[in-house]
Amino acid sequence: MQVTALQFKRRAAENLRDENLQRALARLQTKFVNGRAAAIAELPDYGSIRDAAAEIRDRVLRDLDGYLRRFEQQATARGAVVHWAESAADVNRIVADIAAQHGVRRIVKAKSMVSEECGLDDALAARGLDVIETDLGEYILQLAHEPPSHIVAPVVHKSKEDVADLFAAAHHRPRTTEIRGLCREAREVLRPRFLAADMGITGANFLVAETGSVVLVTNEGNGRLCTTLPRVHVAVTGIEKVVATLEDTTTLLRLLPRAATGQSITNYVSLLTGIKGEDEGDGPEHFHIVLLDNGRSRLLGTELQPMLRCIRCGACMNHCPVYQGIGGHAYGWVYPGPMGAVLTPAFVGLEDTLDLPHASTLCGECAEVCPVKIPLPDLLRHLRQQQVERHLRPWSERAALRAWAWLARHPALYATGARVVARALHLFAGRKGRLRYLPGVSGWTHERDLPAPAGRTFRDLYRAGRRR
Amino acid sequence: MSARETILARIARARGAGAAPENAEERIRNHPRGPTPRSGDDPLRRFREQAVGLRSDVAGAATLAEVPEGVAGYLRERQLPMQAVSWPALLALDWRAAGLDAQARAACGDDAVGITGAFAAIAETGTLMLLSGPHTPATVSLLPETHIAVVERARIVATMEEAWDRLRAEHAALPRAVTFISGPSRTADIEQTITLGAHGPYRVFIIVVDDGPTSAGRPSAAV
Repeated sequence: MQVTALQFKRRAAENLRDENLQRALARLQTKFVNGRAAAIAELPDYGSIRDAAAEIRDRVLRDLDGYLRRFEQQATARGAVVHWAESAADVNRIVADIAAQHGVRRIVKAKSMVSEECGLDDALAARGLDVIETDLGEYILQLAHEPPSHIVAPVVHKSKEDVADLFAAAHHRPRTTEIRGLCREAREVLRPRFLAADMGITGANFLVAETGSVVLVTNEGNGRLCTTLPRVHVAVTGIEKVVATLEDTTTLLRLLPRAATGQSITNYVSLLTGIKGEDEGDGPEHFHIVLLDNGRSRLLGTELQPMLRCIRCGACMNHCPVYQGIGGHAYGWVYPGPMGAVLTPAFVGLEDTLDLPHASTLCGECAEVCPVKIPLPDLLRHLRQQQVERHLRPWSERAALRAWAWLARHPALYATGARVVARALHLFAGRKGRLRYLPGVSGWTHERDLPAPAGRTFRDLYRAGRRR
Repeated sequence: MSARETILARIARARGAGAAPENAEERIRNHPRGPTPRSGDDPLRRFREQAVGLRSDVAGAATLAEVPEGVAGYLRERQLPMQAVSWPALLALDWRAAGLDAQARAACGDDAVGITGAFAAIAETGTLMLLSGPHTPATVSLLPETHIAVVERARIVATMEEAWDRLRAEHAALPRAVTFISGPSRTADIEQTITLGAHGPYRVFIIVVDDGPTSAGRPSAAV
């Protein structure tokens, strides 16, 4: 997928003015934020389960090659074929080759953010393959030719009227804005596509090293259809998704749906191991698992390693005041919100994502709600530091900070300067004590008044207090 | 060097010389449980509450022989078709007497009702656990709009961890698909409004049978 993160500020500003989007984001806030809070409150022992979950992820990351080898060996023993991909382009080539190898023409796809990372749909379509997204949200996006704006609720930015327009145009049926009717319509349109498909593509929420299984967590049932009906199943996922055992998977499953949507468990959890047996009536004859690196292994052993614990629940974005204000598209790649503000620079490079580490107030809510305890504000701060070290910050900012640093090293000058500025602002503000405009900080004063200093600096007051 | 070798080598390098790799094999062999929330001492009650909370319909039956009548009543009440596709093990029941036409096979796109057993049922979350296999086709619980599951009471376990233990005890290897089902398929993609009946069933009806199929002299529903 094309990275457009350098347009962050412009798109954020546009999205703040978009009333439809603002309504949609408010909905996300009430449903997902409240839903999560209720689901966590109901879970006894949340704290120790969360500690265990973080440790489960860390344990695998400390010995990732060992667990990956073990996973590969188990999966292969059951008839799956494991492929390794360095880059998005590798994934696209591997999947296209698998399709060619099995004479595939029609593909049904379940939601997979890794496939979005690769732009897999477009790559397969370019090879003349018929690819259809079957998750309702992803299907809507495919009709609209748009990327997802949320990793769990990809179409959160659209209203039912938007969906009604898209469906009416694509399905040539009478337009309905009734949500139940829209869902039924999608089911009826997609069911024949499932039945006719040669290949199903899914992601993987977890890979179980113990058994060589792919775990899929879904609600709609499209993931089950994609992995049961077509004769070929391809699961595309990141190398960091391995967990050790079924028990460890279970611990993570207690947190993932609760953190994501406030569900105690998703409707379906599928554990898929190998190909169908000779005497079995359904299930795929061929099972390919594509493991993507694409920058992940580079994070190992660095300050950013904790990011690889991420289980993609989306809680950090649901709770982020910046995401809540601007939505997901402004972030300019697959992963939005705080996790995206770390992952995108880490995967595609800091140069092309200059604003993302700053798209946060560092309020800490994301770390607070993260089910695997990723210290997101620390990681964002680390990326900011890297930007400074690599001279990626604007000239004006660097000059201003250098000037301030010089001033701070000259206490007498600093005290005098502060006194002058405080008095000047006090006079300038007048009796109201508020500044409606101040050159250099119009970003602040454009939206609200700036409270003016009271006229005397802290140093003045302190000195006066001691004299008394 | 292949992508596989490059990636694995990069991971090994990042781990550095200092840190000795942990023994993955040992963790896997022991597969210790994580902290497991206690969910009361009445698994049946908990299962029922949780399943109903996730919008499954739940009923009880004293014996397997009562099941067809219960299913027929459920379908009739909702004016649903009286034709069903079923797991072979359940075909021994007298469906015809209850007015139901049941066939043992994998489901097609237009079957309206699917009848399955369950390997286990998990009280913690009100979840059914189904294993795929030659006699337990996965499509039966997936394609029809109505899924009916016959669960032996003795197969209700407290947690998913207990279900894994049973699976390890009763099966040498994992089946191709282990499917956990918690209510009718649903989506909240449009305006975060929960709508039942996405691509899978619109309704799930669970009948918990007190009297185990084995003691009733019938083939187990928990294949």
